[in-house]
Amino acid sequence: MYFTSLQHLIDMDGHGFYVWICYALFALTVAVNVWSAKRRQQRLLKLIKSQLRR
Amino acid sequence: MSWFESWHMPRWFYQMGSPKWFFEIGGRLQPWFMVAAIAMITWGLLWGLLYAPADYQQGNSFRIMYVHVPAAILSQSIFVMMAVTGLIGLVWKMKVAFMVARSCTLIGASFTALALITGAVWGKPTWGTYWVWDARLTSTLIMLFLYTGVIALNQAIADRSIAGRATAILSIVGTINIPVIKYSVEWWNTLHQSSSFSLTAKPTMPAEMYIPLLLMVVGCYSLIVWLVLQRTRNEILDQERQASWVARYLEER
Repeated sequence: MYFTSLQHLIDMDGHGFYVWICYALFALTVAVNVWSAKRRQQRLLKLIKSQLRR
Repeated sequence: MSWFESWHMPRWFYQMGSPKWFFEIGGRLQPWFMVAAIAMITWGLLWGLLYAPADYQQGNSFRIMYVHVPAAILSQSIFVMMAVTGLIGLVWKMKVAFMVARSCTLIGASFTALALITGAVWGKPTWGTYWVWDARLTSTLIMLFLYTGVIALNQAIADRSIAGRATAILSIVGTINIPVIKYSVEWWNTLHQSSSFSLTAKPTMPAEMYIPLLLMVVGCYSLIVWLVLQRTRNEILDQERQASWVARYLEER
């Protein structure tokens, strides 16, 4: 581990704010991409199922 | 033109053109890409964030590289994929190819935006400013506009095959911008540093810095393949819902 304490990890010698924002944005982009693709699949399957029943 | 008529692409190429085949094979491949993506991204992120040593010039802000560089590389790769599949759709009139191209748009636009924003945040502690109108940044912004144009064109044209052809032409023309992005740091005098990473040259960083980056890039590629497969399979379900194999697929699951 490069950092000596939790405080050091959060602060990153003054760069913590910039670094953590970028990692959060990366996580958000990945999560939204995966979630929206999965949600669309679920909605389509539901819709097609109900259409088949008719 | 007998040589042309006797010319055939390999069999898998035509199989890819079958929505049913793509849907089934894609569904079988997806879990593998997801597992690879989760493993490599988790490993790369933890290593880059916690264990890599700080840069002697940039301090800890260089850790932004581990998300910025994959986002930038991917946004360009996805654009090329969108243009190539668009071209295949145009030449071989392949519906699935247009669906893949359509699936690329939102994914590519989101990663371009991520590259621009993380770059801006990185710029503040490193250059003292969030934005400069430098060649690399401007050409990447143009790529975001090209993606937006393709998305808007897709939205505006209801007929999928006309939309596929129109957006294919826009993305093929738009690929002119890709070498501009790539070589912008060499052609113009710019604030943006040159590539930290290349396929041919030896890395300019120590291994404990570039291996996590390599993991992130490969992991993100796997994630992108998963996303494109998922979105294309959604598109296939949407457009082929009348087909008998879709009904059978729904019964079996």
